[in-house]
Amino acid sequence: MAIIIDEKTDVIIQGITGKQGSFHAGQMLAYGTKVVGGVSPGKGGQEVEGIPVYDTVFAACEENQVDASVLFVSAIFAKYAAFEAITAGVKVLVIVTEHIPLHDEMEIVEFARRNGTTVIGPNTFGIVSSGKCKIGIPPNQFFVEGPIGVVARSGTLTYEIVGNLTANGFGQSTVVGLGGDRVVGLSFIDVLEKFEKDPQTKAVILVGEIGGNAEEEASLFIKEMTKPVVAYIAGKSAPPGKRMGHAGAIIERGKGTFDGKVEALQAAGVKVATLPFEVPDLLRQVLK
Amino acid sequence: MKLFEYMGKDLFSSYGITVPRGRMVTTPDEAAKVAQEIGGTVVVKSQILAGKRGKGGGIKFADNPEEAREATSQVLSMVLNGHKVEKVLVEEKIKIDKELYLAITVDGSAKKPVIIASIQGGMDIEEVPDEHIVKQHIDLPMGVPPFLCREISRRLGLTGQVGNEFNSLLPLLYKLFREKDAELVEINPLVISGDTLIAADSKVTIDDDALFRQKDIPYVEDRTNIEKQAHDLGLAFVELGGDIAVMANGAGMSMGSLDTLSHYGGKPANFLDAGGGTGMEGTVKAIELLLQTNPKVIFINIFGGITRCDDVANALIQVKKAREIPVPVVIRLVGTNEEEGVRIIKENGMEAYKVMQEAAAKAVEIANAN
Repeated sequence: MAIIIDEKTDVIIQGITGKQGSFHAGQMLAYGTKVVGGVSPGKGGQEVEGIPVYDTVFAACEENQVDASVLFVSAIFAKYAAFEAITAGVKVLVIVTEHIPLHDEMEIVEFARRNGTTVIGPNTFGIVSSGKCKIGIPPNQFFVEGPIGVVARSGTLTYEIVGNLTANGFGQSTVVGLGGDRVVGLSFIDVLEKFEKDPQTKAVILVGEIGGNAEEEASLFIKEMTKPVVAYIAGKSAPPGKRMGHAGAIIERGKGTFDGKVEALQAAGVKVATLPFEVPDLLRQVLK
Repeated sequence: MKLFEYMGKDLFSSYGITVPRGRMVTTPDEAAKVAQEIGGTVVVKSQILAGKRGKGGGIKFADNPEEAREATSQVLSMVLNGHKVEKVLVEEKIKIDKELYLAITVDGSAKKPVIIASIQGGMDIEEVPDEHIVKQHIDLPMGVPPFLCREISRRLGLTGQVGNEFNSLLPLLYKLFREKDAELVEINPLVISGDTLIAADSKVTIDDDALFRQKDIPYVEDRTNIEKQAHDLGLAFVELGGDIAVMANGAGMSMGSLDTLSHYGGKPANFLDAGGGTGMEGTVKAIELLLQTNPKVIFINIFGGITRCDDVANALIQVKKAREIPVPVVIRLVGTNEEEGVRIIKENGMEAYKVMQEAAAKAVEIANAN
């Protein structure tokens, strides 16, 4: 029920004593996430929102069962923070940090792959199994339990879409933020595969954007899926050659265009919304 | 960050990759001097951060220093593809026996670096059919060992001395790619000149997120004035030329806002991601930036997670009080501290929308009415 994380997932927060880390520690606890510890070198022994702080990830793992870690560390330190968690045997890594150097991202993803660690992000809002566990930064009130899986490259746009779904009576099984960067851990296909196998998920919303070919690749898998997929792709009005915020959102050398993605998805039987607020209507259609 | 051709060639040279003899200059007199030093026919190449220079007349040949002076004078006054030419590269004309294509970039889908090579160099790689392109992903821990180079040479049909040169060049290019945090290193054409390989052109892009550790590479500005101001404030901004100034929190949200405005027949003036947690000060600066696009209306679209609606509302009021906002503002607020934000907006005589498409439609109505 739900994918990757659930009500039993034990989470640590790397960078817990920083401004973002400490704020979101409180928010995650309020959502019901089992935050068992935090890591901040040199601050071991302190407490944040009642959560014990450790000097190293290994120390946190010695005293607790740790299933996942979320990184609230700066871009310059992110690579080794990730390496530390992977080395200590943490199996799910959520990297919220934006602006991690591309070469560091490739190294993180490669090291994680060799160690069987699932990486979500970088540059992600995180992952929410609605009603069970939230790892990351999205606002608590819009995520309500239900049968819709959501997988997205963007952050606040996804909140908009999830907010619309909830308002229309469509709760979510799990909402996964892949992250906006060019190289990320989990891809659309990885998550779609999990949704296809998850008994709680009855349909999937895919939120994509211009740049790269993740949506085109996903289309090949979607053809084989039994569960319906509705998509929204952002960036229709984006000019080529200009990076639209996310490191990965750029149309280069004719590749990664809006039209290319929409065509590929429609060919796979996906209903593609022209605008974000159309998603619930399309969902209603495919669930009939 | 894109590098000029001459900068890329300097990097190539420092890594032991052969480039044509030459130097970057900024005046016709300097050009004549360089042409004199090189002797014989030279090429005068405009240095801009865009391609297709030849088509616009930005690449000229000169047989002697006087011609080099004249050619440089002409090229330095050009505007090519919207780029003003301020520098030229004067280099020796090399004998071209064959042109190859060689690049290393990042394949986001494979999450690895990838070598892209072709025997059809000197043309747009996008127009080369797939059968003539050699692609090889690079396993990070392994890198580019000799066997990999030999195999790529084989697929390109390179043999003998040229093959050996290629096998030496490729690992050097990869070393540069990794050490300089490059997103792309491209040599097109990589020229076979007798028995030597010469990088006749260079396109190198350095990862913006790695500039903090690439301080040896001079900063190259490629943004418009407003885009630069935004970057210095930590905001992502792209000028689009329309008349509806847009601000949203989040890149996807910003793109979604642009899409919605366009759908209703509006013309966005810009993309602006004010980011999560920008706070009041940052929002004030963002609104000031928007006003520089001379819009007919400002559209603010906030779905606040970490961004607080009251922060945004207070920022807007602060700007209003500090200086007149000469155009209508359409603001949509949902999320964290929504009630407080809406209250602040209403108290100051403005409307706050809850539904994104309604707010967008209103903004377009205002813009198109004026």
